[in-house]
Amino acid sequence: MFKKKIYPAPYSKIKNNSDKNTKKRCGVYLDYASTTPTDERVIKAMAPYFKEKFGNTMSLHGFGQEAKEALEKSREGVANLMGAKASEVIFTSSATESNNLALKGIALARRSPCLAGAPAKRVGGGGHVIISSIEHACVMESAKWLENQGFEITRLKVDQYGLVNPDDVRKAIKKETILVSIIHANNEIGTIQPIREIGEVIRKKSEILNLKSKIYFHTDAAQSFGKIPIDVNKMNIDLLTASSHKMYGPKGAALLFVKSGTKIEPLLHGGGHEFGLRSSTVNVPAIVGFAEACRICQKELRQESKRLSILRDKLIKGVLSKIGGAHLNGHPKKRLPNNVNFSFDFIEGESLVIQFDLHGIAASTGSACSSATLEPSHVLLAIGLKPQEAHGSLRLSFGRWTKEKNIDYVLEVLPKVVKKLRKISPFKK
Amino acid sequence: MNTLYSKEIMKHFRKPRNVGKMKKYDGLGKVGNLLCGDILWLYIKVGKNKQGKEIIKKASFSTYGCTIAIANSSLITTIVKGKTLEEAMKITKEDLLKRLGKVPLFKIHCSLLAADALSEAIYDYLSKNKKEIPQELKERHLRIKKEKEKIEKRYKDWRPKIQERMYKKTK
Repeated sequence: MFKKKIYPAPYSKIKNNSDKNTKKRCGVYLDYASTTPTDERVIKAMAPYFKEKFGNTMSLHGFGQEAKEALEKSREGVANLMGAKASEVIFTSSATESNNLALKGIALARRSPCLAGAPAKRVGGGGHVIISSIEHACVMESAKWLENQGFEITRLKVDQYGLVNPDDVRKAIKKETILVSIIHANNEIGTIQPIREIGEVIRKKSEILNLKSKIYFHTDAAQSFGKIPIDVNKMNIDLLTASSHKMYGPKGAALLFVKSGTKIEPLLHGGGHEFGLRSSTVNVPAIVGFAEACRICQKELRQESKRLSILRDKLIKGVLSKIGGAHLNGHPKKRLPNNVNFSFDFIEGESLVIQFDLHGIAASTGSACSSATLEPSHVLLAIGLKPQEAHGSLRLSFGRWTKEKNIDYVLEVLPKVVKKLRKISPFKK
Repeated sequence: MNTLYSKEIMKHFRKPRNVGKMKKYDGLGKVGNLLCGDILWLYIKVGKNKQGKEIIKKASFSTYGCTIAIANSSLITTIVKGKTLEEAMKITKEDLLKRLGKVPLFKIHCSLLAADALSEAIYDYLSKNKKEIPQELKERHLRIKKEKEKIEKRYKDWRPKIQERMYKKTK
């Protein structure tokens, strides 16, 4: 009786709607920031590239050229979305790979001569790289690896909303600086950085320092690409990462925008695909899907971001007014239209997520990658939360198939679940 | 269906048994550390059975923590009820893990807390009533205390350190 009354149908019992299967597959899916379902239109665009147009883009025959044509057309389409030239887009397999290529590729191309021969033990001998303290794990770890290789790393602190101060970037830049990498929109708290201002600051400062070679500016836009307008020229960006599966495309495709003239070393050597920067047989179906996903996102961007911001603000308002001891993490205004992140006093995030799962709501504590570690999120610690507060975080992210009634359902379930867990908690009086 | 946790874990997590603080308890075991995200308080009430042996009449818990920590707290309160103190002392971590079924590897430490809390609660009862404490229990108590100190030490200047480093670099 208990089960029937309180818990609605679990995932497996909700039948697919045959026409738009992405809608109802699993109760209420509110974890679009970890990955999204692939849009029907994208799957349709991809379909011919598995069996009919399966060629290798490097082949000279018709099959190969057909695939090559699709690849270049996709490149153009994707470049179009951010105001770049087609020749500046490199397709990779994932945002993690793109970020690795950006950091390591630039660092290796620009390391000081003393390092090129024998590894120098001297810290900072390789050059200086600036990142923020709320980067995604792949940037954090790449930077750590570079640090071990003799590069000096500066991790900029952020304010209580997770914003990087462009002034801090200016102060951190010095003669040895080769690269600045700041995440565009944070994957956990959704804070959108003033990328344009930071780009401006970097350009000006390198003029003042009169550097021989440019300080490159990389931004990880995996979460923001296709959700908020991006123009690489206006924003003074030299390198940009975006990922297909975060914007209703298939998994296995991502891109790195590399401004023409940028000195960068490849990580994968081989047949010289992707302008020699990423040798590997090209994953044509996934890339075609990625391009189609970009096209759809671009077309619907304005309308969709407006719709999602309304849902987001409704959820934030509802949760803060209905539940005591709930705090919003991240900036109240300068955040992704589809992201909310809360901390709840006295309860732990993981048990909250599993309770949600029992109610048919898919949510997460933070980034999906960090769910296997027991340490609290570095992002939440960086914005000044205490470790115990950082343990109690809940991230809800929505997207194309989120409806207002889903938000109403969350607002109905969340207070119950929080109350239940607080009853168990030793800290609640 | 979510297959991350076993049926037994979900059964206890959905509907935890013996939740809440006990007002007049005989023994209390507090284990875990807020910094790593799990805190478990286990209360026991001691009585006597027909043979005159001391048994755990009631047990209840308060837990801040993940699914497994909560499920396991609930599980242990149901197991120990009616057991003599000697029997309860013999409950090992392995027994609990066996009862829980499949546990993700990185979550094993959360599932071991309950066994520690139980022995701490019994230790608390025995020492408060100035009763003889078995050698094994004493050792366990020392080990738990040591681990607690170790974690506290590890996390003590952990956060300030990170901030300091960031501050230095930006300067």
